Amino acid sequence: MAPEPTDRRARAVTLGVAEDDAEAMFERGWTDGLPVVPPTPERVERMLAGTTRTPDEVVAVVPPDLAECTVEKVAINAVLAGCRPEYLPVVLAAVEAACTDAFNMHGLLATTWFSGPVVVVNGPVTHAIGMNSGVNALGPGNRANATIGRALQLVVRNVGGGRPGEVDRATLGQPGKYTFCFAEDEAGSPWEPLHVARGLEPGQSAVTLFAGEAPRGLADQLARSADDLATSFAACLRTVWGPKAVLAFDAMVVVSPEHARVFAGSGWTRTRLVEELHARLRIPGAELVRGAGGIAEGVDPAWADAEIPKFRPDGLLVVHAGGGAGLFSAIVGGWASGALGSEPVTRPVGT
Amino acid sequence: MTRVVLDPTAEATPAVRERASRPADLTGRTVGLLDISKARGDVFLDRVAERCAEAGLRVERFRKPTFTKPAPIDLRHEIATKCDVVIEALAD
Repeated sequence: MAPEPTDRRARAVTLGVAEDDAEAMFERGWTDGLPVVPPTPERVERMLAGTTRTPDEVVAVVPPDLAECTVEKVAINAVLAGCRPEYLPVVLAAVEAACTDAFNMHGLLATTWFSGPVVVVNGPVTHAIGMNSGVNALGPGNRANATIGRALQLVVRNVGGGRPGEVDRATLGQPGKYTFCFAEDEAGSPWEPLHVARGLEPGQSAVTLFAGEAPRGLADQLARSADDLATSFAACLRTVWGPKAVLAFDAMVVVSPEHARVFAGSGWTRTRLVEELHARLRIPGAELVRGAGGIAEGVDPAWADAEIPKFRPDGLLVVHAGGGAGLFSAIVGGWASGALGSEPVTRPVGT
Repeated sequence: MTRVVLDPTAEATPAVRERASRPADLTGRTVGLLDISKARGDVFLDRVAERCAEAGLRVERFRKPTFTKPAPIDLRHEIATKCDVVIEALAD
């Protein structure tokens, strides 16, 4: 029998004798629509053993209710999500990153756009907890990928009070709002890991949060030079939000191993790739103004003679992941970018 | 057997506050117009301001820094102290 926890603070809820455990979770509004693991005191205690932090430490203030969220509350939601205890430090880092002013989880939740938090995990922890960065990296099948992203969403729902149809005003939403978390394939990458490119040390583990919509496919099976492939990438990136939107949304490009090999073969660094994409995405204003190309949507006619970049200078993130076969990559379109909306946030994973 | 689970919510109970009663008419009132910084919200509010002026009302204009974040508390306080009613514009 598990020892009686002494530093538990969360309210204990006694289920009715005739209640079904799984149904009881739905009825109390604690799930995202999928079944959850009932957070018994024993399971929460085991989850808390996954971190050195004390249960009553406040991790973040979670929007939209601006509720203080303790390590214990994160652990309870991690149980609900199906996490193993060793995932908890990653979940804690993701919650911290999401609840920064820069990431702006409040606005990301409230927007009518499709986007939600996308969690990219780097560093030794990805191997230690068995995350997937390879075949089907953005899809189902890996417990750590699936449940870490879900735990973050459940914290926002349950602690922050951010529920679909209430403060979450998404017109359509997208399935990645259940969970969207994956590891970068560092071992097979021609480039330094994402978190290192963003200023952290190679030996560190980290999460990078991006406000992203669902991934869309990008195929080019014929390009054999980085130049050609970058031009293909740029043409696809131009359609983020819409083909005539500029300087509004960021994008993440998840480059597959076969595409990365093409860039590496031409000696392109990640920085070079980003620069080349920006160079290909400077668009004549005449193509972007309202009505141009038979499309009513567009920018103010006063911009007709300008050349306008599709993305702000920091608006493109490049990540390496995916299976070894397939000259396909993915674009994850963003949301209102920078100080206007959301900045990508990288945060170290603690213990 | 008794089964216990731990509450995953913030366990907070929202404070319930009554809305201010709506004035019967706007004569002598100050109308706040809050632009939330969405595209073309100003077009709508400019027209509302014209109509308010025609009706002889005093108008105060405000603007949120970005539509993606709640209005800063100082701005909310300023609106509450200067205005009797407020119109908030959403547009795209």
